[in-house]
Amino acid sequence: MRSTVVKLFCLSALVACVVIEGAAQQVPAVGTIDQRVGLKAGFRDAGEAAKNMEHVASLPKPEGFFDPTAPAGRGSPPESQANANGRQNAPNTPPTNPPGPPPFDPVASNRLGFTNSDLAFTGNHVIVGNYHGFNTYDVERPNRPKLLASVVCPGGQGDVSVHGNLLFMSVEQTRGRLDCGTQGVQTPVSPERFRGIRIFDISDVSKPKQLAAIQTCRGSHTHTLVTDLNDKSNIYVYGSGTGAVRSAEELAECSGKDAKEDPNTSLFSIDVIQVPLAAPQNAKIVNRPRIFMDTASGNIAGLWQGGNHGEGTQTSRLTNQCHDITVFPEVGLAAGACSGNGILLDIRDPKNPVRLDQVTDKSFAYWHSATFNNDGTKVIFTDEWGGGGRPRCRSIDPPTWGGDAIFDVVDTKDGKTLKFASYYKMPAPQTEQENCVAHNGSLIPVPGRDIMVQAWYQGGLSVFDFSDTAKPVEIAFFDRGPIDAKNMHSGGFWSTYWYNGAIYGSELTRGVDVFRLKPSEYLTQNEIDAAMLIRNEELNTQEQKKITWPAASAVALAYVDQLSRSKSIQPERVRALKTALERADALRSGQDRNAATVRDQLDTLAGQFEKDAAAADGRDAARLRSLAETIKARAARLRA
Amino acid sequence: MRATCVSLWLTLKGQILRVFVIVLTAAAGTSCRSASPRGVEPHVPDQARDAPPPIVQPGAPGEPSKVIAVDKATDLSQVEYTGADIKFMQGMIGHHAQAVDMVALIPTHTNREDMRLLGKRIDLSQQDEIKMMQRWLEVRGQQIPTPGAHRMHGAVLMPGMLTPEEMEQLAAAKGSEFDRLFLEGMIKHHGGAIAMVSDLFNTPGAGQDVEIFAFASDVDADQRMEIDRMGAMLNAILKERQQ
Repeated sequence: MRSTVVKLFCLSALVACVVIEGAAQQVPAVGTIDQRVGLKAGFRDAGEAAKNMEHVASLPKPEGFFDPTAPAGRGSPPESQANANGRQNAPNTPPTNPPGPPPFDPVASNRLGFTNSDLAFTGNHVIVGNYHGFNTYDVERPNRPKLLASVVCPGGQGDVSVHGNLLFMSVEQTRGRLDCGTQGVQTPVSPERFRGIRIFDISDVSKPKQLAAIQTCRGSHTHTLVTDLNDKSNIYVYGSGTGAVRSAEELAECSGKDAKEDPNTSLFSIDVIQVPLAAPQNAKIVNRPRIFMDTASGNIAGLWQGGNHGEGTQTSRLTNQCHDITVFPEVGLAAGACSGNGILLDIRDPKNPVRLDQVTDKSFAYWHSATFNNDGTKVIFTDEWGGGGRPRCRSIDPPTWGGDAIFDVVDTKDGKTLKFASYYKMPAPQTEQENCVAHNGSLIPVPGRDIMVQAWYQGGLSVFDFSDTAKPVEIAFFDRGPIDAKNMHSGGFWSTYWYNGAIYGSELTRGVDVFRLKPSEYLTQNEIDAAMLIRNEELNTQEQKKITWPAASAVALAYVDQLSRSKSIQPERVRALKTALERADALRSGQDRNAATVRDQLDTLAGQFEKDAAAADGRDAARLRSLAETIKARAARLRA
Repeated sequence: MRATCVSLWLTLKGQILRVFVIVLTAAAGTSCRSASPRGVEPHVPDQARDAPPPIVQPGAPGEPSKVIAVDKATDLSQVEYTGADIKFMQGMIGHHAQAVDMVALIPTHTNREDMRLLGKRIDLSQQDEIKMMQRWLEVRGQQIPTPGAHRMHGAVLMPGMLTPEEMEQLAAAKGSEFDRLFLEGMIKHHGGAIAMVSDLFNTPGAGQDVEIFAFASDVDADQRMEIDRMGAMLNAILKERQQ
């Protein structure tokens, strides 16, 4: 009897699987239409499309982080198509008034109060920031994330970073309180208000404790940890404030005046905070560098003055702030996405960043974030046209607006400069009900290539290769239908980052999602395996660390696959190398009988590839060199 | 995907009952869905069985953290939009609408290309922000000012707005006299918007709504810079007139 019941269960599970598969096949994939077009709307049951990746887990937001009366948030009617791309003038007609003012509905307000935001990683933990606090998940098994802690501490955006037992968090809103209270601050000037960067002790992950709270004039919209390679006793934080400047009555020396009116204005700078690791409670602002200064005139408002770039071009915001800064201490550079400009900074002295170059772009509305490639020779800047709350990926929206601009970092006689190469925008048109624009992403550590996974709010996530900065190519994607078929609900991915073998996405409204890459014509299993070998103890995406790959067969074979793709390697060499690597991997130790033979074979092959490299050019030459190095190092391991 | 389920089923057949039930629960709840999640509710993870961890609220720096209940954690009743927020948005719509009216005069009243460009820029940004404000009010079921309300006789003028007489004077002017009146008027007008933002943040309890906070911050920064730029244009025009 029991056995029968179980079999029935099994059968129903099987049937369920088949039914699900059947349903999946109904997702439109007709002709050349992108699978992402026409997905069914829904909060928890939206249609989904995935290409070359697997969606392995989805976890709704925990209690305390959504409005219990409206878990999917509150929608608003879609904006009209007129004036949508910001170039046509629409008549100034308001939507029809609803019949009579309804009673005051407190929960209808602050629809964004529980928004999930940025991610940080430490050990087996993913920390998901939220406008309302943060949540920590155990992802020892990435397909079974488990909530470890929910921490309420409102103030937005809740951008998070981690260093050892310290968790850093950005607070910008006027509702933020020193004591993490949810009641806001009712008086215009109050010692209870907190806007700036909080530091928590997370040594007890289930019960974080606030250690310090560094008040800043504009609050902190985002922040970036900066390691000083010459000073292990401190860590630095670059705080980027974008909000209104508070009054000097609340925080001394704050001034929201224009640069001409007040040379000490709190606008036109970032906050550099020094955190003594032995005493983080003593963290303090040590500099407010004028990184937008025109060095010739000394004008601190020296960069983009706001406005468009001529007929038919985008209107770019004035540069009086950075939205986000990505640092790469090992190459001594930072890329600042600073409102109307992308800037390159020398950060070898983290306290005193020095601007090396600045660019504008006629398609960019608001320079939002930046990502270097692993060599520090390329930068992807994103444009958050529409601020993230609006649909900017519709078929009527220009493909060069609201996407990425990819730059090469070029050495010239005047030092390092940024040189524009191309645009990239997630290619599938989205609906009027989906807020969509370029957002946060990270590198995927595939050796020999520059690959990024990027969030596009309700445009889903897109994985693309920018090894050739002039020709970015999409490799994989995931997308859901809108939260609602009629109204626009704020949702989609804020950040999608690769960490230790999986891709984690923080969904504004729906929670957390986890993905795995699948091999395809664009990415081989060896390339994925090589990426999987990179294991970090900690990851803050805005502080890039140099990735170095171990001398493993998967790494060598990843290069081989890339060279085969460009037909730059002889098939018999590939066969010989595969055989030698297999034999090397089969050895138990360098003392094995065959070790010396295998070692010699590998060394010989390495020598051949070095020669091939000398005769090749561009990326092929670099890959051949890396291949030779990997093989040599693999052979050396056999000596151990 | 089908292969996964079949092999799972076959494997299960060989197991003892207890394992059956446990694995099957997981399979029905997880494996099938995670293998092909299209249109499927996300799986309910371990927490469905384990109680979720308590919600922790830290104290001020150096103070202990405490555990709080869900209803307390989600209570945003003290940081909802206030009457001042609503008035701010309603008032700013009329305020912006007047800027659009002023800008509409530019093509027929000026001879200067930089004035035309300025006009286009202001028109775009103000129209866009008007839409945003209308939506903010609509979503919250609040009264949306009608397009011409700011022109009505006896309409309350928000700070910096031109009086009907000043508007008439502007419409009657041409060439560089128009340019001067326009720039002086728009500088005053923008200054009014900055004052409105300042008043908002100086009103107890106001400006705590997430969207209001972001919008008011942007208005403040954008209009300050535009005032700066218009000041430079005005100086240039005055200089030319002297010559």
